[in-house]
Amino acid sequence: MTQPTMCATRPASPATKPMLSRILTSALFAGAAAGLIAALLQLVFVQPVLLHAELYESGELVHFGGDVVSAHPELPGMFSDLFRDALSVIFTMLIYTGYALMMIALMSVAEGNGHKIDGRTGVLWGLAGFIAVHLAPGFSLAPEVPGVAAADVAARQIWWFATVAAAGVAMWLIAFGGTLISYVIAAALLLAPHLIGAPEPDVFTGPVPTEIGALFAARAFGIGLAAWVLVGAFAGYFWRHESQRAEAAA
Amino acid sequence: MATQATTASTSRVGILPVMFAVVLGLGVITLTGHVQAAALHDAAHDVRHATGFPCH
Repeated sequence: MTQPTMCATRPASPATKPMLSRILTSALFAGAAAGLIAALLQLVFVQPVLLHAELYESGELVHFGGDVVSAHPELPGMFSDLFRDALSVIFTMLIYTGYALMMIALMSVAEGNGHKIDGRTGVLWGLAGFIAVHLAPGFSLAPEVPGVAAADVAARQIWWFATVAAAGVAMWLIAFGGTLISYVIAAALLLAPHLIGAPEPDVFTGPVPTEIGALFAARAFGIGLAAWVLVGAFAGYFWRHESQRAEAAA
Repeated sequence: MATQATTASTSRVGILPVMFAVVLGLGVITLTGHVQAAALHDAAHDVRHATGFPCH
C-alpha cells in the first residue's frame, strides 16, 4: 500500500515515514487524552489550593498577623477565570504530549528489543515516568506553592533536568538492565542528585501557611501519578493500535 | 552491494524517528515548562506549579 513513486526515488523514506508518523500520531492522541484528564483533575484538586496560597502571596491574607485567619476564605469559584483555566488546559495537554513523544519513542526501542507494548504494560511505563520526571526531582525540590522561597530558578532548572535525566536512565536500567551491576548503577543514579543536594534558598520568606504548602505538594504528586499512569496506558494502547494498523496495511 | 545499502538504511531508519521524537518532545517540555519568557511564564504559570517544575 506504500506509494510506488516515493519507493522508486527514495528507498529509505517509506520505512522512515510510517515509523515517525506512527510515533507522532500515537503521541498526539495519548498526550491530548492524558493531558486533558490531568488538566481537569488539576483544576478540581490543585487549582483551589493554588488560589488559596495566592491570597497569602499577594498579602490579602496574613499568616500569624494580628488577626486570626480562617482556613476557609472565600475563594474564586471553580472556572471563575475561564481564560486562565483554558491556558492551563492547553499547556497541560502540550506538556503531556511532549512526554508522550519521548515515551513512545522509547517504547518503540523496547519493542524492537522484544518487549511487549500495550495499554497494560503502558501502566508500568507511566509509573516509571512518574518516578523519573515527577517524584525524583520533587523528592528534594518539592512542588512549590506560589509565594514559596526558592533558590535561583536557573540553578533549580539545571538540577531538575539533571535529576530527571539520571532518574530516567535509572528506571530504564531497572526495567531492562537485568544484571546486578545495572541495578547498582540505577540505585546510584537515583540517590546521587539528593546526596549532592538541590539548590536551596538562603532564607525562608514564604508567607503561605505550611498546611497549604503540604496539601499543594501532596495534591501535585497525586495528580502527577494519575496523569503519568494515564499517559503511559494511552501511549501503550495507541502505539499498539498504530502498529496493528501498519501491520494490517503492509 | 544492493543488500548492503538496504541493511544500512533499515538500521538507520530505526534510530532517526526515535531521536527526532525525543528531541521534539524535549523541545515541547522545555518551551512549555521551563522557558522564562514573561508571556510563556504567565500563560503556563499554574501548570508549572501543579506539575512540580521550578517556576520562578
